[in-house]
Amino acid sequence: MRKNLNVIAAYTIMMGLIILVGIFQSWNIALSIFNLCLISAVMTMGANIQWGYAGLINFGIMGYTALGGLAAVLISVDPVQEAWSAGGSNILLSLSLIIGMVLAVRYVLKKYEKSKVRTYIIATIIIAGIIIIRFVSEPGIEAIEEVDPAKTGFLGGFGLPIIFSWIVGALFAGGLAFVIGKVALGLRADYLAIATLLISEIVIAIIKHEDWLTRGVKNVIGLKRPAPYEVNLQQTDWFINLVEKFNLSQLNLITDLTERQAALNQFVIEGSSIFVKLCYSGLFLIVVIILLILTQKALYSPWGRMMRAIRDNEEAANAMGKNVVKQHLLIFVLGSAIVGIAGAMLVTQDGLFTPGSYRPMRYTFLIWVMVIVGGSGNNFGAILGGFVVWFLWIESAPIGLYLVNLTTAGLADSHFLKAHLIESVPYFRFLMMGIGLLLIMRYRPKGILPEKIEIK
Amino acid sequence: MDYINAIVLLLNYIFVPALAYGSQLALGAIFVTLIYGILRFANFATGDMMSFGTMVTILFTWYFQSLGISLGILPTALIAIPFAIIFMVGYMLLIDKFVFKYYRVSKSPPVQLAMVSIGVMFVTQAVVRIIIGPSDRRFFDGEKFLIKAGEFKEMTGLNEGLAIKSTQVITIVVTLILVSALFWFLNKTKTGKSMRAYSDNEDLALLSGIDPKKIVMITWIIAGVLATIGGALYGLDKSFKPFTYFNNMLPIFAAAIVGGIGNPFGAFLGGYVIAFSEILLTYAYKKFFMYLLPESLEPNTLVQLLSTDYKFAVSFSILVIVLLYRPSGIFKGKIL
Repeated sequence: MRKNLNVIAAYTIMMGLIILVGIFQSWNIALSIFNLCLISAVMTMGANIQWGYAGLINFGIMGYTALGGLAAVLISVDPVQEAWSAGGSNILLSLSLIIGMVLAVRYVLKKYEKSKVRTYIIATIIIAGIIIIRFVSEPGIEAIEEVDPAKTGFLGGFGLPIIFSWIVGALFAGGLAFVIGKVALGLRADYLAIATLLISEIVIAIIKHEDWLTRGVKNVIGLKRPAPYEVNLQQTDWFINLVEKFNLSQLNLITDLTERQAALNQFVIEGSSIFVKLCYSGLFLIVVIILLILTQKALYSPWGRMMRAIRDNEEAANAMGKNVVKQHLLIFVLGSAIVGIAGAMLVTQDGLFTPGSYRPMRYTFLIWVMVIVGGSGNNFGAILGGFVVWFLWIESAPIGLYLVNLTTAGLADSHFLKAHLIESVPYFRFLMMGIGLLLIMRYRPKGILPEKIEIK
Repeated sequence: MDYINAIVLLLNYIFVPALAYGSQLALGAIFVTLIYGILRFANFATGDMMSFGTMVTILFTWYFQSLGISLGILPTALIAIPFAIIFMVGYMLLIDKFVFKYYRVSKSPPVQLAMVSIGVMFVTQAVVRIIIGPSDRRFFDGEKFLIKAGEFKEMTGLNEGLAIKSTQVITIVVTLILVSALFWFLNKTKTGKSMRAYSDNEDLALLSGIDPKKIVMITWIIAGVLATIGGALYGLDKSFKPFTYFNNMLPIFAAAIVGGIGNPFGAFLGGYVIAFSEILLTYAYKKFFMYLLPESLEPNTLVQLLSTDYKFAVSFSILVIVLLYRPSGIFKGKIL
């Protein structure tokens, strides 16, 4: 109990801060911060597995998040029948051509020794394949995008409950990570960072511009929910009764019947959105707890020990007969799959998929700040990092405003400096993140909750 | 006649813009490569340092404009750049003293320095946005075109016009002067040689009495010059927007790695490799073929290899291919 005191203290303070937001701002804001904290925590756990357990730098988090979001769209949206009949066959044909191309390249790679001729053959296969696929897919893509472009203009999905997409998102992200890992894992640490960053940009470019698959920058809105809708809740009797019971003391103060009814309605509207957010919190908490149990078990298993050995001394681990390349690939895929789950969770919560919103600042670098601040190699630290950093990211605007008002109190409201500073309050979050990261890296390089390995 | 038209078309839409864009990338890539070669880390704050330099240039430009100083047909920013460089070098040295020095002295692994540079990136980005705001700004004044498309048509009697913007010429000329001065410095002067020695083998360089503090300081000064000029030229040619500068970091990294990171000449060429391949692969060649082929063979599609949406993706794909087949870059890197 004693040795975990700092963990408990840190989490209590964090929860206290969120509750303070609930009391002083509103419970709605507090819960939406809490939900995004949970999602950030999942992302951070994914990155932490790669960086903290194995020392692999992955700056491609944005790409896996977006793939998870794509999975949410492809699973939950109903299929667009007209689009399928218009261009589905072309798309399926192109897909089989791509598979054929990959198989052909694999065959050549296996069959022939490494030589110049082999490189040329592979290049020819790929270039010819791309040209043929373009010819096959183009009419199909055009036909699909012409089907009611204002509403659909894409193939749609499978029409399944959106919860399944959390698993499919993990599979998508893991699959991408497998390909990237095969290609890039042999690189030095900083090259790997740059390569993954650039590859994730390519993934975003594809998601943004292949309208037949994702609707691109036209966005997909109104995704199905795993939680009830506010409008429905506001008309169900048990929910109204529940809200009434909760607010009885306040309602009893009002004697006038119509006024009482109006107040109750207000409470029901507020309560419904809080209730929906609570549903999401419950779902997300389940995911976080399952992942936490699994990652903790893995950390203290023989496999976790091996990973740490590989991280700390690759050559020695290799000499002991551990397959470093294979283990690196495995952990790269696992970590990315967890990030994919988070991506699907994020789209599930928002109910919309906006490819244009995936930016490296928010989805790669911010997550890395979380990992470093929380404590790499420590799962509790990673989750805490997700909470602390997301909390500051959201609350830095009010804090910044307060600070600006405090420091420029002597100036008149119309003074240009004050007006300018107040206008730029949103950017104080970057400043806080940067300074926070620099301070942590300097004075507590292992994070708030450092890695602790006890021998059991 | 048709052949000349086709060539002018390519010059106008591919060659001239790619040369200007390539020069801007090349300056950034040399900046990345110098930091990597001497200080041994990948600087993720590159784009934002360039935007900081540009911001200072813009502020000085506005100041000079308010004083009524101008260069006539040349943009006022050219007078502002030297002042901005002084400011920028100060900023670089300040960052080094308060942030990077600690990790360099304690011999932290390069990865940690790269992480620290992300912190610097956040702070610099915040400072830029707080001071000048996130919106698009143009600070170009003076004569816009050296040759206008219409004038060119009249002069030569061709169907195709060739427009050369003065900013493109300024970019190319300034880049060439700056890069030749830099190579002269690195190859001929004693300080430059000691920098190369330091980058090649730190321990040996220290043994032979090279002062590491001086080397590091000069590196940051050169970096400040490159960042300011590279950023200001890009801003003059296109426009200044902090977010675009952050994004430009990616093709700049690609250029530095393609050229062989740590090798300034490679980085210089890498900038053009990236710029030309981006533009060549995403240009629609329909009109070009219309001039060259007889009417019966004229293409009815755009003859575009990739849509312009994938402009960035092209440079990144090149990078991935280079990393796979020649991880040390086209022109073997690692030494200045």
